[in-house]
Amino acid sequence: MADPMRIRAKMEGDKTVVRVLMSHEMETGQRRDAGGKVVPAWFIQEVTATCNGKTVLSAQWGPSVSKNPYLQFQFSGAKAGDKVNVTWVDSKGEKRSDEATIAA
Amino acid sequence: MTQEINPGRRAALKTGSATAVFGMFVAAGLVRPTDAYAQAAWNQGAFAAKGLDATVKALGGATPVQTKDMSWGSTPEIAENGAVVPVTVVSNLPKTESIAILVEKNPNTLSAVFNIPAGTDANVGTRLKLGETSNVYALIKADGKYYVAQREIKVTLGGCGG
Repeated sequence: MADPMRIRAKMEGDKTVVRVLMSHEMETGQRRDAGGKVVPAWFIQEVTATCNGKTVLSAQWGPSVSKNPYLQFQFSGAKAGDKVNVTWVDSKGEKRSDEATIAA
Repeated sequence: MTQEINPGRRAALKTGSATAVFGMFVAAGLVRPTDAYAQAAWNQGAFAAKGLDATVKALGGATPVQTKDMSWGSTPEIAENGAVVPVTVVSNLPKTESIAILVEKNPNTLSAVFNIPAGTDANVGTRLKLGETSNVYALIKADGKYYVAQREIKVTLGGCGG
């Protein structure tokens, strides 16, 4: 249902740098639509990134993370060809998981 | 139907049918144990808190110590579009466990918390909504203690959809 995340994972020296662009409305619950009705809050709450079975980042987000969230982080211990998996769970309980292979 | 009471069943129902159901999900392979225990539940109290002090308290911390052992990376001082403000926080404090980003003037102060496992750099970037010009705080938990740094980000066009 949600569009796939765009994940770029690349080796920079011995670190893996990961950049993720997620597709999500991230509604704050503060906005009104054209008819004047409040658009209910709906936003990614939890993000988890794993590589080789180990969590390399976890995050909790509120609605003030921008629409179509961007995330960048970096970690050691992986190499080109390994896979990074990123999963998010939102305030409706919807979930999305995508994977990318680390480029050299 | 017999009226026999199975104390074990009653205990299981009392203590946590949720846990039992969860356990079933794990057994069925619907939830991997690594994801299950990777995070505590979403910290509703912290995300509803207003102001730096209340948020730190809701995160379970004591009054943070000001620190310069960090950098804001390429975080701008003036944001043209408050809906999408790139914020990067790099902590140089040893044993950084987490980095939280707070926006003082937003309706709810806490924007995001990043947990940094061993092997991951204390260096995160994201994009946040800023409703108006505001102090932005980087709240860093390192070696069990809380530290804070702040910078003002000016916003020319507010980002909460108003």
